[in-house]
Amino acid sequence: MVTVVKRSDKIMIRVTNINKSFGDNKVLHDVNLTVYEGEVVVVIGPSGSGKSTLLRCINFLEINESGQVYFEDKLIVHKENVINQMRQNVGMVFQHFYLFPHMTVLENIIEGPIQVKGIKKKEAVAFAEELLDKVGLLDKKDFYPALLSGGQKQRVAIARSLAMRPKLIMFDEPTSALDPELVGDVLSVMKNLAKEGMTMLVVTHEMGFAKEVADRIIFMDEGKIVEEGKPDSFFLNPENPRVKEFLSCII
Amino acid sequence: MSYDLSIIFEKFPIFIPAAIETLKIAAAAILVGVIFGLIIAFGRLSKIKIIYYISTLYVTIIRGTPIILQLFIVYFGLANIVRLDPYPSAIIAFGAHNAAYIAEIFRGSILSIDKGQMEAARSIGMSRFLAMRRVILPQAFKRAVPNLGNQFIIAIKDSSLASTIAVRELLLKSQQLGSSNFRFMEYLLLAGIYYLIITGVLSFFVNKLERHLAVNER
Repeated sequence: MVTVVKRSDKIMIRVTNINKSFGDNKVLHDVNLTVYEGEVVVVIGPSGSGKSTLLRCINFLEINESGQVYFEDKLIVHKENVINQMRQNVGMVFQHFYLFPHMTVLENIIEGPIQVKGIKKKEAVAFAEELLDKVGLLDKKDFYPALLSGGQKQRVAIARSLAMRPKLIMFDEPTSALDPELVGDVLSVMKNLAKEGMTMLVVTHEMGFAKEVADRIIFMDEGKIVEEGKPDSFFLNPENPRVKEFLSCII
Repeated sequence: MSYDLSIIFEKFPIFIPAAIETLKIAAAAILVGVIFGLIIAFGRLSKIKIIYYISTLYVTIIRGTPIILQLFIVYFGLANIVRLDPYPSAIIAFGAHNAAYIAEIFRGSILSIDKGQMEAARSIGMSRFLAMRRVILPQAFKRAVPNLGNQFIIAIKDSSLASTIAVRELLLKSQQLGSSNFRFMEYLLLAGIYYLIITGVLSFFVNKLERHLAVNER
């Protein structure tokens, strides 16, 4: 059943036996996942299946009850400086963007490189402008986030994440809060990133994106990984009845 | 004896030193209040139990007792241990008083910032401290401005209580002049006009600042 497609043998992130509950509600149940360098892994599943929590456990926005997170084969222990170091390499794009509203678009992007990495402002600005050009928003660099559309905000958020030169970017439902006509711009930025070889772990409901871009699809249900496989076989011949049911509902 | 309102205009300038006293006490109380208020606000937000309890106890005591009692405790009550002059007594009491209220203003505005802001900042590798300084506090300060302005106005008016321990501020000045010729109403009105001018100018600038800060908002 398990078909692993990988572009490289180098492991980027590996989680083993992750468990997480919110009160009595068990959200993650012995989850194991490995993402290889250059791979695009798309996580799908019904809401409440633990997809977002899995991402949040990987960069310690949620603290797992048991289980391990390895980044590039290094065990990430629950220590402030270890986690901060790891987060510089693991970007996160949120459903609700969370741009810093008191900073301009450009300031949002150079904030991390300057404050966290100690990069010189001139250098940070040059790279930020390059990234803004890439996401098609160079003309908005001096705007405050309040003046941008949702799709523009999300593209800035992606640029902010890229500015740290991460080795992996996690996307937590990046298009779920957007008006339908704005989804395409964000997805095309993500597709380009995938083409450039960025390692990506994406939680999304965009099945078109999953089919086209994913190297591997993970299906989660009730806190467990129920099925995984290449997009073709996954969408054409799903084995698990829960997957069949889910796909019939949304396609 | 009828009221002679012309006194208000005639005597207007002789209140200036007293007005300066009022401003000095209020400004010092506000400065102390803001600095310690921020520290107490972090105490109230602390996950370390003992720090949380101490700062919460402080706020409860200050908010639950009259400001004039606090002033008397510093000036009369502590006299056996340390004899403070009226002026420093007033600044300590009013500063301590304002710190409790300003702490609650800061705490509220910090809590009002979407927790996604902290998560986004942490996700690019910022420490909790750096995220607080660069991302949360600038937004929280902005949201605190209207309530801070309000508290500053209260602090200016509350400084009149220093008259009870012989600080020569506006209210004491008007009482002294009033009792010298029994024209209490005229001098009290004159003091009132000074308070109105001071608080009016302050709220003008607070409003201006509010509008200025709102530029980046939706």
